[in-house]
Amino acid sequence: MNRFVAFGLLALLLVAPWIGVYPVFIMKALCFGMFAIAFNLLIGYVGLLSFGHAMFFGSASYITGHILKVWGWSAELSIIAGVLAATILGVAAGWIAIRRQGIYFAMITLALSQMVYFFCVQAPFTGGEDGIQSIPRQPLFGIIDLKSDMTLYYFVVAIAVGAFLLVYRIIHSPFGQVLKAIRENEARATSLGYNVDRYKLLAFVLSAALAGLAGSTKVLVMQLASLTDVFWPMSGEVILMTLVGGIGTIFGPVLGAFIVIAMQNYLAGIGEWVLVIQGVVFVIIVLAFRRGIVGELMALWDRRNKPAPTAVQPAE
Amino acid sequence: MFELLGIPPQALFGQLLLGLINGAFYAMLSLGLAVIFGLLNVINFTHGAQYMMGAFVAWFGLQFLGINYWVALIVSPIVVAISGVILEQLFLKRLYHLDHLYGLLLTFGFVLIFEGMFRYGFGSSGQPYENPLPGGVNLGFMFLPWYRGWVVVASLIICLATWFIIEKTKLGAYLRAGTENPTLVRAFGINVPRMITLTYAFGVGLAAFAGVMAAPIYQVNPTMGSNLIIVVFAVVVIGGMGSIMGSIVTGFGLGVIEGLTKVFYPQASATVIFVIMTIVLLVRPAGLFGTQR
Amino acid sequence: MKQTISMLSTAAAFVFATGAATAQISDDTVKIGVMNDQSGLYADITGPGSVLAARMAVEDFGGKVAGKSIEVLFADHQNKPDIGANVVRQWIDTQQVDAIADVPTSSVALAVQEITREKNRMFLMSGPASSDLTGKACSETGIHWTYDTYALANGTGKALVKQGGDSWFFLTADYAFGHALERDTSKFVQEGGGKVLGVVRHPLSTADFSSFLLQAQASKAKIIGLANAGGDTINSIKQASEFGIVAGGQRLAGLLVFINDVHALGLKTAQGLVISESFYWDLNDETRAFSKRFAEKNKGNMVPSMIQAGVYGAVSHYLKAVQAAGTDEAKAVAKKMKELPINDFMTKNGSIREDGRVLRDMHLLQVKKPEESKYKYDYYKVLTTVPGTEAFRPLAQGGCPLVKS
Repeated sequence: MNRFVAFGLLALLLVAPWIGVYPVFIMKALCFGMFAIAFNLLIGYVGLLSFGHAMFFGSASYITGHILKVWGWSAELSIIAGVLAATILGVAAGWIAIRRQGIYFAMITLALSQMVYFFCVQAPFTGGEDGIQSIPRQPLFGIIDLKSDMTLYYFVVAIAVGAFLLVYRIIHSPFGQVLKAIRENEARATSLGYNVDRYKLLAFVLSAALAGLAGSTKVLVMQLASLTDVFWPMSGEVILMTLVGGIGTIFGPVLGAFIVIAMQNYLAGIGEWVLVIQGVVFVIIVLAFRRGIVGELMALWDRRNKPAPTAVQPAE
Repeated sequence: MFELLGIPPQALFGQLLLGLINGAFYAMLSLGLAVIFGLLNVINFTHGAQYMMGAFVAWFGLQFLGINYWVALIVSPIVVAISGVILEQLFLKRLYHLDHLYGLLLTFGFVLIFEGMFRYGFGSSGQPYENPLPGGVNLGFMFLPWYRGWVVVASLIICLATWFIIEKTKLGAYLRAGTENPTLVRAFGINVPRMITLTYAFGVGLAAFAGVMAAPIYQVNPTMGSNLIIVVFAVVVIGGMGSIMGSIVTGFGLGVIEGLTKVFYPQASATVIFVIMTIVLLVRPAGLFGTQR
Repeated sequence: MKQTISMLSTAAAFVFATGAATAQISDDTVKIGVMNDQSGLYADITGPGSVLAARMAVEDFGGKVAGKSIEVLFADHQNKPDIGANVVRQWIDTQQVDAIADVPTSSVALAVQEITREKNRMFLMSGPASSDLTGKACSETGIHWTYDTYALANGTGKALVKQGGDSWFFLTADYAFGHALERDTSKFVQEGGGKVLGVVRHPLSTADFSSFLLQAQASKAKIIGLANAGGDTINSIKQASEFGIVAGGQRLAGLLVFINDVHALGLKTAQGLVISESFYWDLNDETRAFSKRFAEKNKGNMVPSMIQAGVYGAVSHYLKAVQAAGTDEAKAVAKKMKELPINDFMTKNGSIREDGRVLRDMHLLQVKKPEESKYKYDYYKVLTTVPGTEAFRPLAQGGCPLVKS
């Protein structure tokens, strides 16, 4: 089933700009989709709620933006540099944060991201609240021109699909199985001989790197890196996206990102009501659809197709 | 005259006192959060919005109903507490059996709703609130406005009274027991759900009380709470989640530390609390006064 | 499908406009997008009021320009450059918006300036403050209408030093805009023979300023300059009054204060404050007539801020230029706008420089004492009026690449 859905979505993505959908909108949503996938890797498969993922997203976008604008490297190298920066930050933050669980983990990630935010306010290269503006879309591999939205579109789709497949591989690998075991029962995983901390750290770093990839790609699309990317409400937004789509589902975060970005995009005209509507969505989902849209759909599908209550696979 | 760390001691005294005054707000807010977390296991993100609502009710009362500050100090917390009861009965109640992540997310949703509605209703540049105690006294090292002095005294009384009720009275003992083992307490003939509702109302009322206290000092505006709530979270975590005394002491203490930062490295004054939180959590996982649950 | 057709038609229009130089209005409508803060900190001084001002300008123009209809759109940028950039890109790409108006918050305006430059659209700035917008970030199609940081610093800084306020202490919001205000004002203070005794930089959206105010008090400076904006300014003024700073003989200079802020503070707290604005509703019969009309249509019956009044002026002037040029192609319109003199209720004999700076008079105002205020919104007395040629940064000093030295 998953495979059909995946190919259908991919086909839709490839033709979308030709049937009148605004490509920049899809690119933005894809970037946030990657961000949400990265976040979901941690909460959905390891059970760790990070309240500071903006630090990876934001610092990668600053690094990539700076390199594109000031050093003039080609697109792919700038993105790699951004991801690398997020990875290093992920190792440092993860090393501190994974020692704590639950709400304390959330708080420590929040605190670390506030420090990164402070650094970004103070550091001269980030341009303070102006951010790094008019970042050039340097050519891919130094030859393929990305200035046109359409060319860039397919590049971004390639990155997003790649990230998606990577996460899919990770969670279906033995490594992913161990992560789920840790989520279900950490003590048991330890007693089975797994070095739980090392698995958690690796998952954290992977998540950070992916969040960085999302941030770096976003810079290429929007040509702008700003404090919004690294401030705590951004961490809240990615939680909302994942929650709306479905925590611990593979398609959920992407769908959630599309819904939230579409809401922000098309409701921008009604001012303060955007906030209220987002709040209402939050409340309804927490009260009635805790599995998120994709999670609820999958539960429905499972109930239809497997009337026998035996060994229902947990949502993946 | 000798100087301490590069500034005259008089100035340092002044800054310490100001830090204490700001700490009073942290203490009152984190106290409410700690009570709610300790007894309901809910992380009440709406706390900042309820603080804001407290200030707005006071403003509304003064503006349209002629209710003065001193009456508002009592009326406003009651009004907001009633809204808290409704919130708890209709929504929060359904989440007690789940991970507290969901309580956090639900209350976060309500923050968005409340803030959005108040912005729509009252604009965002804020409303003025008359200072009920103008003037002040010159302490030699600084000019202390009467109102600021009142804030410290009142919040200390409130904080200590709350601590006393919860830790030292029979009612408090029921409350604490009710959260540890509701079934057992129910067996003694005590209505546990009602007790929980009232506890939430009390915590929320504390937030509103702080809001009324803040109204004459700060502009009454819809985002006044959201700028504060993250810091207050940090205070609660540093003090130890659910620890009453912890949140009081930490609230005042961090106010002082923040005040000193404002002298030596003002740019960092909004960040210093997070640095402390990280260090504390690494050294003492359950916070300074907390016990690991 | 509809998208493709409209894309083709824009392309066609573009070919016509550039190739044959015949007068054209792309897609048969002139679309003006008003983007600002609809719900946040600056919503009261820009927000829906600016949209109303733009609509009034269109209405007063007769609803049609060069025989084509005019449409006003609006959006909220929430003071975030990424959201603002996104909205503007989308407006231009999918709705063929011809001009972007207002855009408070310098960081957002800088982002929009880049996009309108790249896509060749008009940018009518009323809301943003940064003088960089006509300096190193200037654009051929960007017009900075209402005020800028240089003029604010110039007006307030120079005048106060002249009045004997020769020692300053700054409360600066720790971000680029605050730094720029502080830097520009310091320059005028020092040029006038005054000195800056100290600076304290506070994080954005600080609630409590008492610590900073105490430091300012201890410095014994005659003037405390507030290089911040919005809620930060309001809270600093409020708390300065609480701590008896003004009563103690020091004066406050608000470097970016609007009439709505004074209204929010109340005269009792704000009295004596010296500020610079390019518009005050109670200046003369014309400003009063416009403000009355504006207030009637505005549900909150507040008088217009200088930004809202500026949006009206900028949109009117834009439409005049479109009419005169017979096209909505941005470069041609910008050229016309710079040729035509500006004359409306707010601007007398104004002109636009090649870097996009509108030269207009700036007024140095002082907030009245409560007992001096005779009627609603009677808040200011005019201290002096600085003529447009002196108020703004000389053309050569801005570093705008369009200016040939």
